Amino acid sequence: MKNKKSATLEDAVGRIQDGATILVGGFGQPGVPEVLIDGVCDLGRRNLTIVTNNAGTGHSGIARLIEEGCVGKLICSFPWAKESFVFKELYDAGKIDLEIVPQGTLSERIRAGGAGLGGFLTPTALGTDLAEGKPIIESDGREWVLEKALRGDFALIKAYKTDPRGNLIYHLTARNFNPVMAMAADFTIAEVQEDVAIDELDPEVIVTPGVFVDTYFVTGWYEIGKERKAS
Amino acid sequence: MSEQNTNLLTRLQIAARAAQDMEDGWLVNLGIGMPTMIPAYIPKDRDVMFHSENGLIGMGPQPAEGEADQDLISAGKELVTMVSGGAIVHHADSFAVARGGRLDCACLGAFQVVANGDLCNWRLPNQKSGSVGGAMDIAAGSKRVFAMMTHTDRDGGAKIVSERTFPLTAMGVVTRIFTDMAVISITADGLVLDEVAPGLTKDEVQAVTDAPLIMDNVGEIAVAA
Repeated sequence: MKNKKSATLEDAVGRIQDGATILVGGFGQPGVPEVLIDGVCDLGRRNLTIVTNNAGTGHSGIARLIEEGCVGKLICSFPWAKESFVFKELYDAGKIDLEIVPQGTLSERIRAGGAGLGGFLTPTALGTDLAEGKPIIESDGREWVLEKALRGDFALIKAYKTDPRGNLIYHLTARNFNPVMAMAADFTIAEVQEDVAIDELDPEVIVTPGVFVDTYFVTGWYEIGKERKAS
Repeated sequence: MSEQNTNLLTRLQIAARAAQDMEDGWLVNLGIGMPTMIPAYIPKDRDVMFHSENGLIGMGPQPAEGEADQDLISAGKELVTMVSGGAIVHHADSFAVARGGRLDCACLGAFQVVANGDLCNWRLPNQKSGSVGGAMDIAAGSKRVFAMMTHTDRDGGAKIVSERTFPLTAMGVVTRIFTDMAVISITADGLVLDEVAPGLTKDEVQAVTDAPLIMDNVGEIAVAA
């Protein structure tokens, strides 16, 4: 049986190239794969398109990736939080592009991408600025906004435990976007707190089956949101 | 309205009044700000569950000292707890709860509410961009939307209006408005003034509301001592 474990951080993220579109899990700080992001920062990649809910917190995680100039475009739902000052500074300086997507639409576009769909019809944003330029479809006697699916070249996700096949379980609200993002990328990389032996995870409670996971890197528990500059 | 009106309700009093409308068995989403003050005022004999769009069904209060988990937060990114019988779901399922009509009520802050129920709460007119978060999905999908806000803006201008001037969040969704002056229902017949704050008159409320109020049967907001 093939073991999907990456022995080193560089093994896990090294295939990411400049210009890639990357789905990054997390809502606020829980569920952000900070160690994998540090690995991408250390590679010094440029012009990445990052799809994630928030625009980073402080100087760690997504904020570090933005601060080090790796990100050309951010697709997110909630860019203007006070803790996202790093993003604001680069945006105001014209150094980063932004696309705002309603949060439920963002998660469903990603889910659709993972499910092999081209898009879906939603009531969200009908009549608003965020539906401008999108087709409005009449169906079942009402109007809907046509939203397209969204996929990544890579997904960087964070989970609690994995087995050698990459079957994942999550921890509390650190689950958030991670399961849908795992489904929607050509190559999905998970950072996990702990790896366990095969059959140790109950198949009934596995959230992400290993079929959606290409490799994983074991980090151990760490305090989220701490600055961990290049080692 | 330029001088201080001492009869205006406080933010806590508005939240306490809105809490009385939370019915037994409801699942409720709370927006950032004033709505987060509602849970403490829910009558104890009612079983009301709270949904947080980051995947938490059954959100509880802030944790006691030493009992926080860094992975358990609210949509406002505050550390929280779970109540017994709660569940964790991923983001797409969390918004299926919202869009799929499983939220009995969403209590949201607002910049402007239009007489036809249009909600404006995600971006100011002079801002080129805003943080939409889950506001548009939740407002579009919830069975009821309660707007909570001050009755007027800082300059005394009406925030309840006949014609929309702010960027739209969702069309025709607001069912009730809770302000520091009044409780107003949005009905097929128009805006109905249900209750006014103690010490205020119906006409004082109408004077700072830029849409006609139906004032046939107006009560007084019960304010706890």
